[in-house]
Amino acid sequence: MITLGHMLTLSAVLFALSVAGIFINRRNVLLLLMCIELMLLAANYNFIAFSRYLGNIDGQIFVFFILTVAAAESAIGLAILVVLFRERRSINVEDLNTLRG
Amino acid sequence: MLVEILFYSFATIVVLAGAGVIMARNPVHAALSLVLCFLTSAVLWMLIEAEFLAIVLVLVYVGAVMVLFLFVVMMLDINIEEMRRGFRRYVVPGAVITAMLVAEIVGVIVQRRLGLDVTRGAVPLPPGYSNATDLGIALFTRYAYAIEIAAMLLLVAIIAAISLTMRRRRGLKVQDIAAQVGVRASDRLRVVKMDAEPRQ
Repeated sequence: MITLGHMLTLSAVLFALSVAGIFINRRNVLLLLMCIELMLLAANYNFIAFSRYLGNIDGQIFVFFILTVAAAESAIGLAILVVLFRERRSINVEDLNTLRG
Repeated sequence: MLVEILFYSFATIVVLAGAGVIMARNPVHAALSLVLCFLTSAVLWMLIEAEFLAIVLVLVYVGAVMVLFLFVVMMLDINIEEMRRGFRRYVVPGAVITAMLVAEIVGVIVQRRLGLDVTRGAVPLPPGYSNATDLGIALFTRYAYAIEIAAMLLLVAIIAAISLTMRRRRGLKVQDIAAQVGVRASDRLRVVKMDAEPRQ
């Protein structure tokens, strides 16, 4: 039997992995976006686990909306990335210092 | 017993694929690891009987978002070596923070038990239960306004993405179809009346 603890632990491991990914890939905007997707996936695990283990469908509805927002976010993020690359020929976070005072 | 074996094997794949996303040398490998992560997540969601969302995850994420990611990764000419500089310096703090985060969250789950029984199984579903029907009824009754807002959000995202990336190149020779179709004979051709010239 898969218990609630199993799902929550797996979600915690995924979430921590994505936080570590943001730490160690902090130059590459593309990998940062991927780590954010991974983080949202970990959050979705929690919603689905609680939805199923409390017998309430509302958690799955929330996952539906998180998926919508994540798709919109990645589409706009990638569009910004493409424009950025066209301007700077680089997607390194350290090159993005135009607004530095 | 079979369910546990499936859960543990797919959970291992998810964690390894997640590690692959953050450690990959090549961004294409990272994106493909993320695809594997989403696919195995869909299997795990099916195991705890959230079938509709599992299919949506495969269709939306693997089918659309990750294809977009791969497309952008391959379109951009990224200097991988430059990106990897300083990677080693951040591996140790990253690993320490991961370990601490996992320890803390698992500690909360195991020790405090969140005020509920974390060792219980999922709520058993009645025979003939349809996850999609249940979700659809909730989505189009109680959450009808929310789904309209979500639709609006997607529309705004489409407009934003298109308007950000569309560019007009200067000096590009293109046909203006409307002007071509709308042209009239009087714009092109001028009939000049003149007397015939006398014979010389």
